[in-house]
Amino acid sequence: MSSYLTIKNLTVRLKNGAPILRAVSLDVAAGQVHGLVGESGAGKSMIGKAVLGTLPRALQVTSGEIWLDGVDLLSLPASERRRRIGATAALIPQDPLTALNPSKRIGPQITRRLVDILGWRKQDAEARALDLLGEVHIPDPARVMRSYPHELSGGMRQRILIASAFAAEPKLIIADEPTTALDVTVQKQILRLIGEMQARHNTALLFVTHDLGVVSKVCDTLSVLYAGKVVEEARMQRFFMRPIHPYSAALLAATPTYTNPDSSLTPVPQTVTDAVEREVREHDLRAGA
Amino acid sequence: MRDARGDVKRPIGLRLWLSGGWLTLLVLSAVFAPLIAPKDPLMQDLFLGRMPPFWMEGSEPGYFLGTDSLGRDVLSRMLYGARLALIVALVAGTITCVIGATLGLIAGYYRGWPDRIISRFVDIWMAFPPVLFAILLIAVLGPGLMSIIIAIVVIDWTRFARVVRAEAMSQGAMDYVASAQVAGRTRFGTMLTEILPNVLPTIVALLTLEMGIAVIVEAILSFVNLSISTDSPTWGGMISEGRTSVHQAWWVLVFPLITLFLTVLSFSQLGEGLKDRFDPVLR
Ligand SMILES: Nc1ncnc2c1ncn2[C@@H]1O[C@H](COP(=O)(O)OP(=O)(O)OP(=O)(O)O)[C@@H](O)[C@H]1O
Ligand SMILES: [Mg+2]
Repeated sequence: MSSYLTIKNLTVRLKNGAPILRAVSLDVAAGQVHGLVGESGAGKSMIGKAVLGTLPRALQVTSGEIWLDGVDLLSLPASERRRRIGATAALIPQDPLTALNPSKRIGPQITRRLVDILGWRKQDAEARALDLLGEVHIPDPARVMRSYPHELSGGMRQRILIASAFAAEPKLIIADEPTTALDVTVQKQILRLIGEMQARHNTALLFVTHDLGVVSKVCDTLSVLYAGKVVEEARMQRFFMRPIHPYSAALLAATPTYTNPDSSLTPVPQTVTDAVEREVREHDLRAGA
Repeated sequence: MRDARGDVKRPIGLRLWLSGGWLTLLVLSAVFAPLIAPKDPLMQDLFLGRMPPFWMEGSEPGYFLGTDSLGRDVLSRMLYGARLALIVALVAGTITCVIGATLGLIAGYYRGWPDRIISRFVDIWMAFPPVLFAILLIAVLGPGLMSIIIAIVVIDWTRFARVVRAEAMSQGAMDYVASAQVAGRTRFGTMLTEILPNVLPTIVALLTLEMGIAVIVEAILSFVNLSISTDSPTWGGMISEGRTSVHQAWWVLVFPLITLFLTVLSFSQLGEGLKDRFDPVLR
């Protein structure tokens, strides 16, 4: 299986040198769903942002490679990199409330990329946007196209963002906890919708979440991240049967299942976190040496 | 109510009507002052000094709001005074806004070294006491329309810079900005097409407020005789002259004072009203 996105030894640091991502490597195969799990602050979002070139200014890539569709993005000049990312990748963001420009109607926000990057004619782009809104089960798409974001519910906005992410037929979509900002009933629908869209469009998907339960439903492969370091990369089946790293095992034990719904109360044991911390420190020493 | 595009239409509020109405009236008076002013605003007639307004005993026909101590028509002087007030408001307000908002936008959106330079500059600038600064400036430049405008710009651009910077910064942190960049927008393009429209309501409110402030500053400077040459009528000049004879002829002081007050109030109310209408979230 060819991989569409390959990250090799990606290290991201704060300007003062403190590491945020520690030699992260991972692969997302074409048309497959790769889960990225880890606790809050592990650096999941930063991986997505590094790929898309939207890291906060306080952070910078200090070493590593990001291969997207056979090209190392970090070796490209900025404008060429932006064009490439725009043409092949898209983002489904975490918070639908801040992900749409409040002063613009929905329509142009969806068609923007088609017109700007792919050079579509405006009418074609609008027709495509209408189709997509239908695809994500939005009633009366024509009216929604003319609405402002604040006139729509959170679930509606997330559907729009999904439609918008798929608009230019990207080969890679990064979904950064696309359901955490939504309420539980809507979460399920959105999750199903993303799965449905991914399968139909055969898009590679990097799915960021802290919920292994969700990963088990939508992903083919996954990486477990701790303090900016990948502790395990695995295929789904193997992972759920036989996690290799003790931290992964502890995470898995802490995930509620049908037979054991209360296991989220099981914390990751101190001995395990101590062990991973030690591993991270050793890594830093080696990296510093 | 919805129009053909499905927008919710709101009736224009009383606040917008009143403030907009007063300012429109003022603009018309200023533009057509030579046509509608009943008298020559500079013509003195010492026999007609301190005539009261038309409803009072001893008023002189044709001098609706009375005359000042030199026998000049108060109404005509106020109409001509509107010219200067509005020119200062428009020109000084716009220049202040353009300079301050541009710097604020750049600082707030680009952060990093542009922000450090601009913010430091603003801090140092604001350490000067503004009124002293203005008087000093005019003392150096000499009184005149240009000096007033420059003084206002020099004092007030920091207000725009600070407010717009804060707003641009909070907008810049939102996900839609990152999305625009993933979709291939350059940083400069993102600033103009994504950030600016969202900061615009604030800029408009600040701008109208600034116009009101400009009117006051001009009046204050006229009041202390640092404004335009004394023979072109200004509201501040009238207030200053009226003050000396307030016991014999209160109207020379009171009418320009009320006009000034209403004008400044209208500018600030217009700003608030427009902000509400421009802001898509409040709309
Ligand atoms: N602008 C920034 N300046 C400094 N540090 C930052 C900045 N943004 C993020 N970080 C740091 O980077 C680390 C990783 O953050 P990231 O947002 O990737 O976490 P995450 O795994 O996505 O967590 P969550 O599940 O809460 O979204 C955190 O420790 C955070 O403190
Ligand atoms: Mg995150």
